[in-house]
Amino acid sequence: MAEIIVKGGFVIDPTRKIDGDVGDIAIKDGRIVDKVSSSAKVIDAKGKVVMAGGVDVHSHVAGPKVNVGRLFRPEDKLLSGFCRSGMAQKNGYRMESGFSIPSTFKTGYDYARMGYGFVMEAAMPPIHSPHVHEEIHDTPIIDEAALPVFGNNWFVMDYLKKGEVENTGSYIAWLLKATKGYGVKVVNPGGTAAWGWGLNCVSLDDPVPYFEITPREIIRGLLEANEYLGLPHSMHVHQNDLGNPGNYKGTIDSLKISESVKPKNKFGREQVIHSTHLQFHSYGGTGWGDFESKAKEVMDYVNRNKAITVDTGNVTLDETTTMTADGPFEHHLQGLNHLKWCNVDVEMETAAGVVPYVYDPNIKVCDIQWAIGLELALYAKDMNRIFITTDHPNAGPFTRYPRVMKWLMSRKAREAVLGSFKHKDKVIAATTLHQIDRELTLFEIAQMTRAGPAQCLGLGSTYGGLAPGMSADVAVFDLNYKNMPSDPDMIEKAFQRAACFIKSGEVVVIDGEVVSNGHKKTVWVNVNMPENPQVMRDITQSFTKDYTVQLENYSVKDYLAPHPFVINVDVEA
Amino acid sequence: MVTVTLKPTKVPELMLEGYSITPDAFAGKKAPEIAALPAHEGKVHVTLGDYFTVTGEAGATASETDIVIAGDCSRVKYIGSKMTAGTVTVNGNADMYVGGWMKGGKIHIKGNMDSFCGIQMEGGELLCDGNAGNHVGCAYRGDWRGMKGGTIRIKGNAGNDIGTFMLGGTIIIEKNAFIHVSTHAEGGTVIIKGDVEGRVGGQMVKGDMYVLGKIMYMMPGYKKIDTVEKEVDGVKAIFDHYIGDLGERHGKVKGQIVYANLYLKAAA
Amino acid sequence: MPKLITGVGCPYCGSSCDDLEVLVSDDETKVLEVHNACIIGNNLFHHANDPTRPRLPRQRQPDGSMKEIPYEEAIDYFAKTLLAAKKPLIYGFGSTNCEGMSAVGRIAEKAGAVLDNCATICHGPSFLAMFDNGYPSCTLGEAKNRADVVVFWGCNPMHAHPRHTSRYSIFPRGYFTGKGQMQRTVLSVDPRETDTAKLADVHLMLDQGHDYELFDAFRTVLRGHDIPDKVAGIDKETIIKAVDIMKKARFCMIFFGMGCTHTDGRNHNIDAAISMTRDLNDHTKASIMAMRGHYNIAGPGQVWSWQFGFPYCIDLSKGTHAHMNPGETSSIDLAMRDEVDCFVNVGADAGAHFPIQAVQHLKKHPFIAVDPNFCMASEIADLHIPVRIAGVDEPGVVYRMDNVPIQFKAVLKGLPGVPSDEELFDKVYERMCEITLTQPIWLAAKENRKYPHNTNPVVS
Repeated sequence: MAEIIVKGGFVIDPTRKIDGDVGDIAIKDGRIVDKVSSSAKVIDAKGKVVMAGGVDVHSHVAGPKVNVGRLFRPEDKLLSGFCRSGMAQKNGYRMESGFSIPSTFKTGYDYARMGYGFVMEAAMPPIHSPHVHEEIHDTPIIDEAALPVFGNNWFVMDYLKKGEVENTGSYIAWLLKATKGYGVKVVNPGGTAAWGWGLNCVSLDDPVPYFEITPREIIRGLLEANEYLGLPHSMHVHQNDLGNPGNYKGTIDSLKISESVKPKNKFGREQVIHSTHLQFHSYGGTGWGDFESKAKEVMDYVNRNKAITVDTGNVTLDETTTMTADGPFEHHLQGLNHLKWCNVDVEMETAAGVVPYVYDPNIKVCDIQWAIGLELALYAKDMNRIFITTDHPNAGPFTRYPRVMKWLMSRKAREAVLGSFKHKDKVIAATTLHQIDRELTLFEIAQMTRAGPAQCLGLGSTYGGLAPGMSADVAVFDLNYKNMPSDPDMIEKAFQRAACFIKSGEVVVIDGEVVSNGHKKTVWVNVNMPENPQVMRDITQSFTKDYTVQLENYSVKDYLAPHPFVINVDVEA
Repeated sequence: MVTVTLKPTKVPELMLEGYSITPDAFAGKKAPEIAALPAHEGKVHVTLGDYFTVTGEAGATASETDIVIAGDCSRVKYIGSKMTAGTVTVNGNADMYVGGWMKGGKIHIKGNMDSFCGIQMEGGELLCDGNAGNHVGCAYRGDWRGMKGGTIRIKGNAGNDIGTFMLGGTIIIEKNAFIHVSTHAEGGTVIIKGDVEGRVGGQMVKGDMYVLGKIMYMMPGYKKIDTVEKEVDGVKAIFDHYIGDLGERHGKVKGQIVYANLYLKAAA
Repeated sequence: MPKLITGVGCPYCGSSCDDLEVLVSDDETKVLEVHNACIIGNNLFHHANDPTRPRLPRQRQPDGSMKEIPYEEAIDYFAKTLLAAKKPLIYGFGSTNCEGMSAVGRIAEKAGAVLDNCATICHGPSFLAMFDNGYPSCTLGEAKNRADVVVFWGCNPMHAHPRHTSRYSIFPRGYFTGKGQMQRTVLSVDPRETDTAKLADVHLMLDQGHDYELFDAFRTVLRGHDIPDKVAGIDKETIIKAVDIMKKARFCMIFFGMGCTHTDGRNHNIDAAISMTRDLNDHTKASIMAMRGHYNIAGPGQVWSWQFGFPYCIDLSKGTHAHMNPGETSSIDLAMRDEVDCFVNVGADAGAHFPIQAVQHLKKHPFIAVDPNFCMASEIADLHIPVRIAGVDEPGVVYRMDNVPIQFKAVLKGLPGVPSDEELFDKVYERMCEITLTQPIWLAAKENRKYPHNTNPVVS
């Protein structure tokens, strides 16, 4: 395959501790190599920053609730549906559509424009996995994987109630194979199962009706099962009580459960728990009146405990769409803003809710949420353990990542937003952002968006870095490391439209324009372990009695993931 | 005010997407430039000059521009859509989306209009001498923010969906309407001088409706609370005052629940 | 030896039963027996054996007769006709697989067409209501395992979805509903005394066309207010009793159908039903579901939503963006207003199911039907192209009425030389690209799996 050399850029590669050295990146046959021949295609990166392709650890881009979001929001397309490259088919590209919930084509193209090469679909309801994979293969350029949800799964709750961690592990292995999934996602553990009866679990010790297991027990059990299997990624958790004032204590308590668990895997992963969209879980106060930031308290705990990774969930102050497997939360939200509400309870497994939301800068609470997301990153000590996300589209569309990077890198940009708030004095009183001088460096941004998330996912040998052997995902940004722009908007502009993006050794973006539909791959984890007769019997029973689809039609067929990148995990008996 | 006149020369085989027929698009242009403005017939890119002869010229700004279409536009959509100022007159019928998303200025249709007129209107005036289709002054599908301001007056009849999701402004139907008045509305005023078959104020949170004719089927969620005398669009009458929709949520102001109001002209 | 294939999906109604068993001949060309299906599903599989199934495209001749032509010629005509039209309308997709729906997306983009499906004459109002008010719903297993109060509002599953009540809604013994029908209270709201109404514990025989007022009355009672003595022909006491049953349910499941979508107010009737369901969730757990008609009519709504952002009535004629506004971009309105100049009917029967005036308008233009069999649309078409029957001789993904994806099997080998919808559309797309000198956009993920089911056909 083609040889490419990206010449003379300022290389920023935290995996090799390179911070701005001028150098070349050599590419051959889709991989980064030590050197190439003189006939290699030259990409001139002189005066520009070169990083690995971005890795998004949590984004809702493919699946039934994402699609419900698209389907029930025609107005999300009305004034913002224009494709960038003119007459799409004529130019060789599919039509683009949607602002907060882009179509699959737009999703792939927009991530590529920003130089992102890998995206993790944050929550896959197992019975809907064929749908998730259909959307994934209709998303061009970017490699994707999906996390099945386990925290409200009836099998998991039954096994963990009986303390059967190994059976839980066998079930997880079976499900990952059946759904072509990547890891263990936990959303509002126990609470979404309670939502099947219209109830919820807001604290770690609220028992789930009928199953009589608590969120604490579910979290603990899945942490252990994940390490028992040695999966590439750790348990990935969206805690109970999302979005409510005062929830920061429960967040820290849930993280404490992981203190006694040790990471065990062959993928270089060092954390045992990944806490997602932490912004929504770092709230103080007792109500909306005294609502305040507890980002510092939460990050104090995270900083001291090395086996934790987090992602921010930054609010971007846009009109967007919330969607989550935290069904009861969405019901609560529609009661607050009275907007249209979709809900899907999924038999035996999980639920989801979708509600539009306007993060209005004139509303004090929205402003405080915005500040919290930024404070989390600015208080972080180890930038390899905290990643930039917007829980797309919940806190904002992923196309705003460059704006978040701008805010983190420029106090001036943050202050400009803070100064524009109608209630800025109240916002400043309820947060600490105004007092923070810190501005993140390009190296730290690369840690948060490349090296860190790749390692956290157990994909550190493939993505997130520019070492020979890794996938040739190389992004060039129009930023002069030695002479950074004084106007922070130039930072956002540079990250929004990559000067060049190479994905798996193929040039896919030039000057922010898509030039190829790429060759995306679907990544999934195949756990090899002896079959567990007890678990298989339980699964067969359940499909016969409780599910409404046949077991033989449940597993995702191979053709739905046409270009798989399978990661094998061997579990000793 | 400078007037530019468009005379229809050809009836489109399909419908003509006339999104360029607005004072804002014409402002500062002379006749040949106006004739070169884009339009669509299906997927085919056409120009206004393919369907109209253009005489006169536009004003320097939208507010100084007066557009007169000297003929029938039964097959032309989007006339006056998104305009911010100026005037548009059609000496005939017009198709869908007349004055859609308009923010200001005046439109006068001297015939009938098809559906979706004044969709998501924010200001200005829309006058129709004939009948309107359905979805008068409504929101776009899925948008909870409907008409915010301005005035729509229909001298004839209207179909279904008058002021769905309305937030502000005024709609006056001088003759009859079919069903669904102010559905889901949270503001605004709708005046129907003739009869309405039913579904007046369904799922309505806030706003006012006046019906001077008869309502064939009343919504069960409306309760009569008193009788008042009011003057509405130059007509003084006694009205039975209903509040509702009691099946819907309502906000509070100073501890008092704020309902939507239906004023139904009392029987003589 | 005949082969028994289990876990077969039935390609008829929105119940999308996947527990059928089909016995086929040893050479996989004939269906011998069908087990577990209702009478309609049973007939559908046996119909695949019909020796008169067309095997070649048929083109209308100047004298009005139909003549068989090779597929290449049909594909060429199809491609040229779409490219020449100013605004073609491609409609149907009630009875094809998702792979076909995805393939037609490319064609529709290239042709600047309007892409629409049967919802436009069926559950379109349900979509409109979802756009405005949301959709608090669940999968059918939730109804089976939890529902103790089941409401059929304006629908008659005993006729339209024969196995629905036994697999999901009234009879099954589920996880928390071990006593089956004995612990379910069934309400039917229908102006007719249907077979479903006869099964119900409470039948509200309302005045036709006044469901909206009745929903409002239910909501008014739920909020503790008084209502008139009679609403929509139902006594106040009956309304209050019905609300009480629903409010006191552990899980109230509401199914609705054409009674709400096809009476005055259309989408507003469903919108009011959704408002009522939302209100019920303040008292107990409640969910609502549209009784989608076909086994994969939810399919195009899903596929086109992720590809274009809209579930139906998608106007792609501008080429730069998709536009949807039912009332303007919906098939019947486009037909009646003469806004399209070419019609393609796929996996549905516009000839039978569109209002006759709409068909007359469409017949002024080229009219192409893509269907495994003869139907009214094919008999008036200028070109009829047969394809394999999805679910019988063509596998693929389908979306059940509750949007659960089910991977349907093929039980027979396809008729020799007859392509699937996906194969046909991909060939038409390639021809369109050849004619316009452009490259086909397969999105790379498709390259290796184009025509994955093109196994060697059996030579008869």
